[in-house]
Amino acid sequence: MSLFAFLGTIEIGLIYGLVALGVYLTFRILDFPDLTVDGSFPMGGAVAATAIIAGVNPWIATILAVFSGAICGLITAFLAVRCGILHLLASILTMIAAFSINIRIMGRPNVALLGEPTIFTPFDNLGFEQLHVHLALVFILVLLSSLFIIRLLNSDFGLGLRATGVNGRMVAAQGGDIGFYTYFGLALSNGFVGFAGALFAQSNSFADVTSGTGTIIVGLAAVILGQTLLSGTRIWVAVLAVILGSILYRLAVAFALSTGMFGMQASDLNLVTAALVAIALIAPKMKNKVLVKSAKG
Amino acid sequence: MKGFKRLSLFCTIAMLAIGSVNAFAQTYTVSVSQIVEHPALDATRQGLLDGLKAKGFEVGKNLEFNFQTAQGNPAIAVQIAKQFVGEKPDVLVGIATPTAQALVASTKTIPVIFTAVTDPLGAKLVKNLEHPEANVTGLSDLAPVAQHVDLMMELVPDLKAIGVVYNPGEANAVSAIELLKSAAKEKNIKVVEATALKSADVQGAARIIASKVQVIYAPVDNTIASAIDALVGVGNQAKVPIVGGSTSFVKSGAVASLGFDYYQVGIQTADYVEAVLKGKPISEIPVSFAKGSDLFLNQKAADALGITIPESMLKRASDITK
Repeated sequence: MSLFAFLGTIEIGLIYGLVALGVYLTFRILDFPDLTVDGSFPMGGAVAATAIIAGVNPWIATILAVFSGAICGLITAFLAVRCGILHLLASILTMIAAFSINIRIMGRPNVALLGEPTIFTPFDNLGFEQLHVHLALVFILVLLSSLFIIRLLNSDFGLGLRATGVNGRMVAAQGGDIGFYTYFGLALSNGFVGFAGALFAQSNSFADVTSGTGTIIVGLAAVILGQTLLSGTRIWVAVLAVILGSILYRLAVAFALSTGMFGMQASDLNLVTAALVAIALIAPKMKNKVLVKSAKG
Repeated sequence: MKGFKRLSLFCTIAMLAIGSVNAFAQTYTVSVSQIVEHPALDATRQGLLDGLKAKGFEVGKNLEFNFQTAQGNPAIAVQIAKQFVGEKPDVLVGIATPTAQALVASTKTIPVIFTAVTDPLGAKLVKNLEHPEANVTGLSDLAPVAQHVDLMMELVPDLKAIGVVYNPGEANAVSAIELLKSAAKEKNIKVVEATALKSADVQGAARIIASKVQVIYAPVDNTIASAIDALVGVGNQAKVPIVGGSTSFVKSGAVASLGFDYYQVGIQTADYVEAVLKGKPISEIPVSFAKGSDLFLNQKAADALGITIPESMLKRASDITK
């Protein structure tokens, strides 16, 4: 793998790290399996791209994208909390509806941003390589998002949010509003995912309605992979873990893309990616087993 | 310290990934990124490979032909683009819209040839079709949809309603459907639409409209192409002929198709790759539209439906399945 491909992979990993953060919030913190992300990711891209084409400042377009994602989350929360629809199904409903809405927003399935201003444009003319600039800016934005999440979850409010996922009854008994925490958590989670979608569209110069397919799978893989390899109870460890998990997932894909030498063909990509992620998950356990055996032996 | 050990595992895997440097050879390198695998796009790729061979660029001799498919996922298409650009090939080829866009976004220096892209202006791949302004040019596969409407009118006398199944998530298909609607409107023909997001949805979508129309139009759409057999099956049950935008559909049981042989599109793409490899500046290689719309007919399918293909059509067909 070349340095260019490596840095590009890290950038995509960081962008999807925001998705992983969102999935961590719902899946781990709120204990709410939320598939909305398959819709809120392309919606972030669709809103940002459409707004930029309409002449809106790219940063404001990005903020609009965050809000559009958050609204998706609120709709899922509404269906689940207010209408009593099973959380998994509520999120599926929002996800499939978002597909049609995304096409409405863009007016067609694919909007190109090549040559349009993006949040990266002002930094492109500073004389650095475009890829480095993109990577640096994405890194800073992901870092700020992570610090925000860590700060939030360590606050009193965050404690309530975390308690909602662990023991909702206890929260209710203490006078906490579980419904509110669910609304807030889903909006925040999908806001991050919308943000990721907006960054993806601007960094790669296109928003495509099909880009949401499998977002939840990538997010879940990142969360589980990261937390398996870097376990710890502290919030900052978990946040670091899920982002590293996302980068690692992308490295697995990149590695799978360069396996031509093992007699693999292009269509084996998904299989190789899955195998690599499985190995990364099993390897630490195998090592522990070996250690236990040798200690006994 | 457990955390640190795991962190070191992260690093090991990362190093492994960097270490896998591709073999470097003193030959021309052409890297092809394709969005998804289906017969028409695969035929384009094969045509490109064979076209290059005919021009003296042969794998194993003086050509390194890298190929990756994103398996339908735009994020993977982006990763493929980064991978390819990092390897600095002589020419990058993007098959279909999102893969071409991902390549164009990743490099401003390496020549990018797009192919099987319906609307290169809408996809912002180029601004000037005659004199491409940057490092990008290629071949559009804009289907002759107005001619398709004429063909359907010729096949089905007194045509009132055309049914069409397509994927609203596919940029190529949506541009074709817009053309279909405006062409049909001019002839006072109604268009009944049904959408299918996945190839598994095509059968259900076709069943809904089959009884309301006299002919079903199969556009050049990756989802329909993957499920053309399902569409033909519904047509046979409802006794409605299928007319398609890609000649490959006729082999699967469509009654008539006027369109590109995507293998030929690939061969035409090879002209672009050759021009770039021989050092012609991109600005002197205009974007063109794929040539050679051949009429393919399927007599067997027509007989099964009890349809008589007009003599005029039989005369100008370049291929008839019997």
